[in-house]
Amino acid sequence: MIGLSHYLVVSAILFSIGLVGVLRRRNLLMLFFATEIMLNAVNIAFAAISHYYNDLTGQMFAFFIIAVAASEVAVGLGILIVLYKKHGSLDLDDLATMRG
Amino acid sequence: MLENFAASLMTIEGFAFYLFSVLTIGLFSVTVMSKNILYAMTSLAAGMVLISGFFFILGADFLGVVQLVVYVGAIMALYSFAMMFFDATRDIKEKNTSNAVVFVLGGMTALVLVLMFAAPIYSESIQALYPMHEGVGNAQDVGMVLFTKYLVPFEVAALMLLVAMIAGIMLAGKKMDDSLTEDMSADDEIMIEKDEK
Repeated sequence: MIGLSHYLVVSAILFSIGLVGVLRRRNLLMLFFATEIMLNAVNIAFAAISHYYNDLTGQMFAFFIIAVAASEVAVGLGILIVLYKKHGSLDLDDLATMRG
Repeated sequence: MLENFAASLMTIEGFAFYLFSVLTIGLFSVTVMSKNILYAMTSLAAGMVLISGFFFILGADFLGVVQLVVYVGAIMALYSFAMMFFDATRDIKEKNTSNAVVFVLGGMTALVLVLMFAAPIYSESIQALYPMHEGVGNAQDVGMVLFTKYLVPFEVAALMLLVAMIAGIMLAGKKMDDSLTEDMSADDEIMIEKDEK
């Protein structure tokens, strides 16, 4: 049968995919995609724990994570558009202005 | 081990679980690895839809619907509108750091985080704070808890979304009529064609 650990393993795999994306990517938009993947992976873990412990708290936290993700995307995309207007690129290496 | 796997594939829940997990892992890998923004965004949207499938399997119906409405409906639509500002058809060139280091680091960090957060779960002392009720729908149950115990965070989240909306409008909406691309000649040609007509 499918147990809690199955879901936690899938959530861990998805989270590490997102983490690899965050570490590997240099494009800001792709970094945003990778953070979305990580947030979703955590939501799966919350829903699974909520189901197997018969407790609604996990689902509540998942709702608030979704709300935070939505507002993060709204503000983040606004900032990305301003950055693109200013620099003409979304590459992190181009945007690094403080060089040591 | 293998027999267990085969037996669980026979049940609807097990089959759906393995199907969704393989598909989401594949789709999100495409998102992370792809050079093309459009491919990355499309596979991310498809992965989000499949993740709502996990929620439906787990009996969190309302969460699954919210996932579909908010992520696939709102966030991906926002991304695809933002795509109009950026040159999405061109492949992005990135100077990547060495892949092996990144994979090892990412995998190790994720593993440590999961162990850290999963360790207390396997202790037996967890008791349900807001237990689900038998014979009551999930949406009703969620509503009861959300509007009693979590009312203040709910209102704060609403305020946060309002602030985020205003911030998004202020940031993206300034000078909307200016062209973002460097060469204005393409725009001029369109204008000339219009004038000729």
